[in-house]
Amino acid sequence: MSTATVKAPQSGESPTGSGAGSGSAPQKPGTVEGRIGLQANLRHIGALVRRNALQIKQDPESMMDALLMPIIFTLLFVYVFGGAIGGDGASGDRDQYVQYLIPGMMGMMGMSIAMAVGTGINEDFRKGVMDRFRSMPIARSSVLIAKSVVEIGRMLVAVTVLLTVGFLNGFEINGHWLGMLAAIGLTALFGASLLWIFILLGLTMNTAQAVQGVSFLVLMPLQFGSSVFVPPGTMPGWLKAFTDVNPLTHLADAARGLMLGQGEVAGPVMWTVIWSVGLTVVTAPIAITKFRKKT
Amino acid sequence: MTREKTTNAVEVRGLVKHFGETKAVDGIDLDVREGTVMGVLGPNGAGKTTLVRMLSTLLQPDGGTAKVAGYDVVRQPRELRRTIGLTGQYASVDEKLSGWENLYMIGRLLDLSRSQSRERADELLERFSLTEAARRPVMKYSGGMRRRLDLAASMIGRPKVLYLDEPTTGLDPRTRNEVWDEVKNIVAEGNTVLLTTQYMEEAEQLAEELTVIDRGRIIAEGRVPELKAKVGGRTLEVRPADPGELQRMVGALAQAGLDGLAGATADEASGVVSVPIVSDEQLTAVVSLLGERGFALADIATHLPSLDEVFLALTGQKATHQDDDNELEEVAA
Repeated sequence: MSTATVKAPQSGESPTGSGAGSGSAPQKPGTVEGRIGLQANLRHIGALVRRNALQIKQDPESMMDALLMPIIFTLLFVYVFGGAIGGDGASGDRDQYVQYLIPGMMGMMGMSIAMAVGTGINEDFRKGVMDRFRSMPIARSSVLIAKSVVEIGRMLVAVTVLLTVGFLNGFEINGHWLGMLAAIGLTALFGASLLWIFILLGLTMNTAQAVQGVSFLVLMPLQFGSSVFVPPGTMPGWLKAFTDVNPLTHLADAARGLMLGQGEVAGPVMWTVIWSVGLTVVTAPIAITKFRKKT
Repeated sequence: MTREKTTNAVEVRGLVKHFGETKAVDGIDLDVREGTVMGVLGPNGAGKTTLVRMLSTLLQPDGGTAKVAGYDVVRQPRELRRTIGLTGQYASVDEKLSGWENLYMIGRLLDLSRSQSRERADELLERFSLTEAARRPVMKYSGGMRRRLDLAASMIGRPKVLYLDEPTTGLDPRTRNEVWDEVKNIVAEGNTVLLTTQYMEEAEQLAEELTVIDRGRIIAEGRVPELKAKVGGRTLEVRPADPGELQRMVGALAQAGLDGLAGATADEASGVVSVPIVSDEQLTAVVSLLGERGFALADIATHLPSLDEVFLALTGQKATHQDDDNELEEVAA
């Protein structure tokens, strides 16, 4: 990714964006006239972000996942499982479970929202919109970066809803506001790295439905085979081995450490960052190359 | 093909694209002179879209060279993209956005300023009679509106070369005429256009020169009137209510002494009289003549040579597209 010449518009928000430069095109760079400058690139990304935002405005149902999922999952787990997970069904356990669940579900929000990017890219190709973009004098990566920026925005919406529902149901962070911001940032970082995997899926599969199907298959084991919903202590050894390396476990533990002020912080944060950077470094170049070459 | 010395906006030499075993484009040479309209006529699967996709840098050729406005498709794709506009089955607009938002976005992507993009969007919507629908999402547009917006979208950057890939495939005849009118206006402004089509009539209406391709190869090329002369024109088909009147009808037409009426023929099997059409006036005269003579008509239709007939006339063999079972009706020429 050393050939990248473009930066993401908000570098704090989209650390993966800087890998998607226009300078690594397979062909030799042409004359200066053909090059796309940084400013032009930002303008293109801006126009495409606007497009993706307008799509949401036109089709508000596409925000359902970000708005409803955190509410439904929170209520479902807190009130259906919350009391029982503690053991004796007392409401004190439920309150404790809220403390456990809300930070854990932040990463799950990032992951579930990221999933939608694959279907969107797939649809753009099928409907011919992508060919219009690709026949225009813009860096081909700007289409992907714009999409990522919007998806990260959607993740932040989902996390905000999640935290709000949590606070309304007894979630307390005891003044760890900075920790909360850090946890949100970590979630966005991890979510951004997942985007590339789902973009890759969207480029590989033939239909949007197939993308969704496969995405779900990937998602379910990762979400439940983690420390998101319950501490992995009671799981059998082989499963525990899986949850121990599952990045969602690290992110959940990191968010708990940061927001509740208890448990280990440095280790889980480090592992989350390693996972995020690792996933990006491996999948982003493949996704971008595949995007450029796709016919 | 010999041409006068003018600049070629598009120069294609020996272009090849294979998909596995399929030779989608198999050695095509093509010149489009600046300010002219080149039609590329061929059946489904002839390689028209593959050709256009290579010329718009969406596909890498496997062999040969192609230059558009002097830029090589392989070595200078970015410069090339600045000079082209693409409209077709595959290059589309965003259905969820309004017409205006689509055009504004394309303006911004083409490095126009915000105010320039706004002006250009307004201007083109006006020009393609879409002002009223400007704020509606494209998914609510009719087929014709949608194609007009596609045209507007490809005109935003004032392209040096415009590709129209089957601009009217799937449209009803009235909408097709609408789109043709718009394309004719674009052509009248001196734009260079590369048009692909499955319809001889469309090529005839819009193009000056024509290249006929089949299975990725050129099978005929030349000026449209020359090719048309080989192929033959429209035919009027009249079905009398009483099949017994076929011969009387042919006789009446032959005696009328109008242009081309000596060529009227009766087909007893289908119960139809066919008359070659030489002009709109003659067509009108024939229809009113039949009325004056008191013929009761069950059906009346004009018939264009099908693509099969065009291929047959130009090459002596049928086109190789999948639905080869079209009956080859005789073209009275």
